[in-house]
Amino acid sequence: MELWPLILLTLAAAVRAGTPILFAALGELMAERSGVLNLGVEGMMLVGALVGFMTTQKTGEPWLGLLAAGLAGTMVSLIHAFLTITLRANQVVSGLALTIFGTGVSGFLGKPYIGVPAEGFPPTRVSVFGDLPLVGTIFFQHDPMVYLTYPLIPLFWFLLYRTRPGLNVRAVGESPESADAMGVGVALTRYLCVLAGGLLAGLGGAYLSLAYTHMWIENMTAGRGWIALAIVIFGTWDPVRVALGAYLFGGVQALQLRLQALGVGLPTYLLMMTPYVFTVLVLVVATRETVRRRIGAPAALGIPYARGE
Amino acid sequence: MKGKWLATVIAGLLALGLGVTARSQEPMKVGFVYVGPVGDYGWTYAHDQGRKSLEKALPGVKTTYVESVAEGADAERVITELARTGHKVIFTTSYGYMDTTIKVAEQFSNVVFLHCSGYKRRENVGTYFGRMYQASYLSGLVAGKMTRKNLIGYVAPIPIPEVIRITNAFALGARETNPQVKVHVVWTNAWYDPATETEAANGLLDIGADVIATQSDSPAPVQAAEKRGAYGVGYNSDASKFAPKGHLVSAVWDWGPYYVETIKAVKAGTWKSEDVWWPIGTGIVGLAPYGPAVPSSVKTLVEKRKEDLIQGRFDVFWGPIKDQSGKIRIARGQKATDEELLQMNWFVEGIVGTIPK
Repeated sequence: MELWPLILLTLAAAVRAGTPILFAALGELMAERSGVLNLGVEGMMLVGALVGFMTTQKTGEPWLGLLAAGLAGTMVSLIHAFLTITLRANQVVSGLALTIFGTGVSGFLGKPYIGVPAEGFPPTRVSVFGDLPLVGTIFFQHDPMVYLTYPLIPLFWFLLYRTRPGLNVRAVGESPESADAMGVGVALTRYLCVLAGGLLAGLGGAYLSLAYTHMWIENMTAGRGWIALAIVIFGTWDPVRVALGAYLFGGVQALQLRLQALGVGLPTYLLMMTPYVFTVLVLVVATRETVRRRIGAPAALGIPYARGE
Repeated sequence: MKGKWLATVIAGLLALGLGVTARSQEPMKVGFVYVGPVGDYGWTYAHDQGRKSLEKALPGVKTTYVESVAEGADAERVITELARTGHKVIFTTSYGYMDTTIKVAEQFSNVVFLHCSGYKRRENVGTYFGRMYQASYLSGLVAGKMTRKNLIGYVAPIPIPEVIRITNAFALGARETNPQVKVHVVWTNAWYDPATETEAANGLLDIGADVIATQSDSPAPVQAAEKRGAYGVGYNSDASKFAPKGHLVSAVWDWGPYYVETIKAVKAGTWKSEDVWWPIGTGIVGLAPYGPAVPSSVKTLVEKRKEDLIQGRFDVFWGPIKDQSGKIRIARGQKATDEELLQMNWFVEGIVGTIPK
């Protein structure tokens, strides 16, 4: 086995393994930027994975499944939005409840779909791009869902930093009082951001059941929702850095699995720990107010807003 | 006055009679405690299939199951609750329930407890398991015959003696039919993570494996192999649906026969605490039907070896068996004892990979 092709394949695997986390993390980034922490990512992903699989299994059309998964994720996130924005409930409690709800409901409704195969997204090589040396192998020999994420990263960056609605989102997340005074609809902005988060978490879940594997198994996210939450902090609430974080995480996993396959005895637990160590570091550093401001942590994150309080 | 007294007696007797008939018709309650969700399509799923066939085979039995019960305090609460609510037999189906099962059993001497895969017993606690390594060895024979590149990838979950033993058995089988074979092992460090299992299989395919075998809970590695035109060997449940072309064979659990026999014995009053470790050919472990790619010559060979195992003419861990460093671990003509099998912490020769410490 030559080394160079294997390195390329490992990098390609990094993109693949990072994609479900990337979807969910970009969504969570939007919610958190508007000031709403949603710990329900794992639950929304599971519902998305199941609904996407159910729809695809019934219709034979993975794109329809993807659409349904996004809608399902959005619906679940609506619960969180209503509880935390309209009723101003504690965001941590509501988010945790959402994860428990999503895990339970997907497990219950998914029972008839266990052990049932379905056609998901096939690997699709992009013409021209897929033939490029290096870049082609790494980025353009995947399934359509991976390609869907590429435009999302610059789009989110542009939206957030270069448009009026993006400015509003950041204002609502930083200082809802000022945003409100400027005439920005705080509740509406937060609703839209939380729903976008649900949509993307649903797609991230569907990636697992429609692209990565073509099956439904209870609890198949196996903690990826929580990793996405960590990646948002790791990427300091910036779309580009969040994407890098997701790929880094996927890369560490892809690399350690391939080193094992080659029989290289590495302490894999240590390797798998690196993204978390960095996340903890960011969290520690972010406790200092000046640093917190500089790295972009939304100041109003986790605080319900009510006019005149 | 006298009439009223008589009426009371008659009513009382009637009530008693009704009570007695009601009691004899009352179904026997059997409880199951699962470590994972019944929808894992793996370990817990297989136990639950066994529970269902028990209900079907013995109509007088009513079963209850509790899924995703964490080992430790949670398990103690669940097992105690089942014992308290009239379950006469309770199956605890994870190694980690061992001490908890013994602890609860001490308080409920009239309840029979059966713990899967452990070794601690008492008067009302029996242990049970299947010799899965035999089925795994047989699936290894097929894999060894089918590989062209002499490189088999193996996706392993968590490094404990049971998993190591079954991996070794697979490698022994593969190398019996093809001494050139190397079995590359990748640990996912989880019982349960289809996406990581898929990526582990992809990694093994990337380094050139043309057969992927697995011991993890989901059929994801077999499906990943199918997607890339390689062969797959399943585990736990029949993986053929996930790889209609490339599925070779699966080593599978079938708990039904054991559950039925045990409940019959308890009902008849003949049950006594023992260690049940059923070999292949008696239920609990077996092979799923072969895939279309397996030629009949290979099937004949495997069936012959299976018969040898059943008749006791042969055993998987029969020396000489060397470890990865080439040191003889089981001497020529010797058979590994059950104790050695239960404590196995080394890989056989021909496996590429390390056991995390």
